[in-house]
Amino acid sequence: MNQRNAGITKGIDWPLVWIWAILCCIGVTCIFAATYRDTDNILQGFISLKTDYSRELLYFMMGGIVGVFILLTDSKFFMATANLGYAFGIFLMLLVFVFHSRVKGTESIIRIGNLFQLQPAEMCTIFVNLALAKYLSRIETDFYKTKSQLIAVSIALIPAMLSILQKETGLALVYFSFFLVMFREGLAPQVLVVGFSFAVLVVATLLLDPNLLALILTGIAAIAIYFLRRQVKRNRGVLVLIVGIWFVCVGIQRFVVPFIFDHVFKAYQVKRIYDAIGKDYVPKNEAAALEIEQKSAGKKKDNNYNVKQSKIAIGSGSVIGKGLLKGTQTHYEFVPEQSTDFIFCTIGEGFGFVGSVIFLSIYLLLLLRIIFIAERQRSTFSRCYAYGVASVYFFHIAVNVCMTIGLAPVVGIPLPFMSYGGTSLLTFTIMLFILIRLDADRQMVLR
Amino acid sequence: MPVFNQSRSNIIRLIFGAMFLIIFAQLFNLQIFSSKYKKLAQENALFPKRIYPNRGIIFDRNQKAILNNAILYDLMVTPSQVKNIDTAYFCQIMGIDTAEFRDRILDAKFKNGPFRPTIFEDLLEPDLYAKLEENIWRFSGFNLQERPVRVYPFNAAAHIMGYVGEVDSGVMKRSSGYQLGDYVGRNGLEQYYEKQLMGQRGIEFWLKDNKNRLVGHYENKIYDTAAVAGKNLRTYIDVTLQQFAEKLLANKVGAIVAIEPKTGGIIAMASSPDFDPNSLTGPDKQKNYGMLNLNVTSPLFNRAIKGQYPAGSTYKPLGALIALDEGVITPASGYDCHGVYLACSHPVKCDEKFAGHAATLRLAIAHSCNSFFCNTFRQTIDNPQFHSVRKGLMKWKEYVNAFGLGHRIGVDLPSEDGGNIPDTTSYDKDYNHSWNSCTMVTMGIGQDKMLITPVQMANAMCIVANKGYFYVPHFVKSIDGETETDTVLNKYKTKHEVLTHIPDDVYETVISGMQDVTEIGTARAVRIPGINMCAKTGTAENYLVVEHRRTKLKNNAMFVCFAPRENPKIAIAVVVQNAGYGAAWAAPIGSLIAEKYLNDTLRPESVKKAELIAGTDLMPKYFVRLQFLQDSTNASKRALQTHDSTRLMKYITPSSRAALLDTLRKAIAPPSSKNPMIKPKEIIKPKVDSTK
Repeated sequence: MNQRNAGITKGIDWPLVWIWAILCCIGVTCIFAATYRDTDNILQGFISLKTDYSRELLYFMMGGIVGVFILLTDSKFFMATANLGYAFGIFLMLLVFVFHSRVKGTESIIRIGNLFQLQPAEMCTIFVNLALAKYLSRIETDFYKTKSQLIAVSIALIPAMLSILQKETGLALVYFSFFLVMFREGLAPQVLVVGFSFAVLVVATLLLDPNLLALILTGIAAIAIYFLRRQVKRNRGVLVLIVGIWFVCVGIQRFVVPFIFDHVFKAYQVKRIYDAIGKDYVPKNEAAALEIEQKSAGKKKDNNYNVKQSKIAIGSGSVIGKGLLKGTQTHYEFVPEQSTDFIFCTIGEGFGFVGSVIFLSIYLLLLLRIIFIAERQRSTFSRCYAYGVASVYFFHIAVNVCMTIGLAPVVGIPLPFMSYGGTSLLTFTIMLFILIRLDADRQMVLR
Repeated sequence: MPVFNQSRSNIIRLIFGAMFLIIFAQLFNLQIFSSKYKKLAQENALFPKRIYPNRGIIFDRNQKAILNNAILYDLMVTPSQVKNIDTAYFCQIMGIDTAEFRDRILDAKFKNGPFRPTIFEDLLEPDLYAKLEENIWRFSGFNLQERPVRVYPFNAAAHIMGYVGEVDSGVMKRSSGYQLGDYVGRNGLEQYYEKQLMGQRGIEFWLKDNKNRLVGHYENKIYDTAAVAGKNLRTYIDVTLQQFAEKLLANKVGAIVAIEPKTGGIIAMASSPDFDPNSLTGPDKQKNYGMLNLNVTSPLFNRAIKGQYPAGSTYKPLGALIALDEGVITPASGYDCHGVYLACSHPVKCDEKFAGHAATLRLAIAHSCNSFFCNTFRQTIDNPQFHSVRKGLMKWKEYVNAFGLGHRIGVDLPSEDGGNIPDTTSYDKDYNHSWNSCTMVTMGIGQDKMLITPVQMANAMCIVANKGYFYVPHFVKSIDGETETDTVLNKYKTKHEVLTHIPDDVYETVISGMQDVTEIGTARAVRIPGINMCAKTGTAENYLVVEHRRTKLKNNAMFVCFAPRENPKIAIAVVVQNAGYGAAWAAPIGSLIAEKYLNDTLRPESVKKAELIAGTDLMPKYFVRLQFLQDSTNASKRALQTHDSTRLMKYITPSSRAALLDTLRKAIAPPSSKNPMIKPKEIIKPKVDSTK
């Protein structure tokens, strides 16, 4: 089975490669649709490398070449160099603090020459994924120990901290997706449930009237007691627990969140959070209003506007859409950032509900395929890595699409294989091809 | 190991699936369930551009355009596209310095944003336009945009034409199809014939981008509709006569109306003080309008249709006709007048004293005998066949109303006033039901409660000239491209035979009397050789409440006439407010108008007379007082609001107060020496505010 001379095609999971190619092609087409102007010469546009779509095509081809190189590499190489890679990734991120150049409000980009930009925070996901997989697959790692769990968590979250320092909150959030990997490898589900509940509670606090929310929480507690009445009868502790949780929730909703918003966050940050969930924020005093004004002076339009335009574009697509290049909203630049973060609008407007569902199904297929591949691995390293890939993709897709349809806050993270940008396309491609390479050797137990 | 925790992979699959389901649900909600996004998208990206057709042109009876459209050009700038231009050369052409250039570009950016075109300079002068047109390719970001403007080549007929202005909420409520910023006829023919002049707006659908720039036609123009130009109006106005009438009224307060009796077409209608119609079109129109509005002499007020004056002696021919038709007098009736009418408790003076000046009806008309007409009026309403003065008054009112007095005549201008012919109720109210023919005896000489407008008086002359019928006075003869559906002119094509039941010989008697006015009577000085003119002068007493006191003012000079007697071609009414005797001021004006119209030219002595009249200042002095009152009241209101009394002080300090009244006295005379033939392009000079 494991014959080196059988060529690089041996054991390759072709469906994955096809999905990758299809998504990249759709991506280039969408960028073309979003940036093409009636006066442009199409052929020239594709060759010149001056247009976004021609560059994206170039990155796609580069991704293909890099993919071939990865397939030619020994799979042991990735495991062996995982820690080294992690160190390199962190080093790159630290380098940013010295050599960064300011682009669109972030400080996370290194410019190499005029043409090429590198965003280490994005690339670092590969190294973190490999390193985490390696740590989890170590024989001596007992993941049920709190210490191991803490080490795993810090492997994932150190780059996240660095990202936040570079003002890339969106990319920092991506690293939280590795909790899914840890969950698969035995992290207590309570951690996920509590974390998720906490997020829901905070958002609900902002959205709902405080009294109504308190009432809802009380209702949930009452229902819980009703369903658990037998356990409650047997064990008073359960009742105390439920009442305690209720008490903590109401406390958070009543005191902690308002306190954090009033005293910890700056006014402009609060405004951004409100914008993201689509609520109007009224500054509590003049100083706060002034601060918001100053912070938003550089930005032309606020996130609220972006989401509104994006929803209009997608909503106007109706059932089957207006057709490629026919979308008035995307074609005439009503949607900002439409070749990067809001690329999904092009599909929503051009191909409507049917097109969007088909397109998203390709993503779902990709994710399920990766999990299928993960579960057929013999080595833990490969499995952990595969889950990491799936988690990172899932997080990107879910947050990006939700953000364009107004379900999530606007955090600038790209849609895999679709959004314009060399770093992100190459990062996702390399990630996928490493997985394909590891999968090709799935019968082998990597040590 | 691999089996370990394997169930959790299903949970992860479940999480993935659930997330995608949520996304699908929201997509369903956005794209299929809610329809508002489609509409919003259209509002975002479609711009229905209104195409304004040219407004119709108004021609006079000799096919001269009294009012025309001129295309002037605005220089537009799109600040974001201004790159690498030769600023020095540009500034040299424009005659500005580079600092101002920068300021204006900044201004434009501020007003409209950097991506949309903004006016850099409006209404360019022709030579500047020519220079820019040649060089515009050098200046990227600049372009010239057409702008239609109303121009008045003869600088006349401001009150008749009206003006165009932006629509207000009232207009938008009344008639659909207007948007904020549209222009609509305000006042005059522009308002009355708005539907005809406006034409039909077209609409073009344009696609616009996120910066509101128009990027192209929508769907290859299939939804577009073309604009249809407004219809031209052909009027009865003789613009040279109109100019002449306005010139004669310069520095006076009053009105002239000249009507063609056979058609009801108005040949000229002047009201003084008037204004320069071109001043309400250019860039300064708001400022000019405000100034006209604050002037107590009300230059915007069309006295020809809205000025209500006591008729004075000009009513007498009508009184004679009524009395003759009623049979209370005969042509041979006379009255032994010795300068005063004493039959009632209060004496009525008569200007003629010599015996026999009212021996017959003809003589009484010629010499305008007050006693005779007081007597005749009393006889009319005390007519024994009615047995009651009330019935007599109502019968008389019926006659007077038939002459077109006491109600709106229906001229094709908006906001006409009706004058006043009193009925029994108003006397019942004032005299508590106890009144008789003596109470209102001066109505026989056109005083008391009788009020008429100049256009009504001219129309009454038409009825006399036509011996009983009239057409409603109007300006517009025909509308170009008129169709069956245009019913607006129908009411002016109907002949109103209101008083044809009065026999022709009765008319002849009165007309002979009126001819005698210019032969031997009060207006013999204004006789035109070779033309038999029938006329009547009038000198009407009038009062005004000034500072809460009813003050008797100098008499209004009145004059009505029609000529020639045999085939009346023009009927004229002239009112000169507070000028004195009708024979002295109004009669020469009327006669000059008739002479100019009928003979086309003036005799040398008439030219001299016209110059003399045009140069005479007859502005009533009380306007100075009124203007002072109004200005100082405004100043004090302003001082109360702003706590800044600097403006008020000059009305309070005695020295500056005297100086102010003196300058006011000089300034109150409206702009008189209008140069009638200024070229439109010279009139509308773009105002360059160099401090911008």
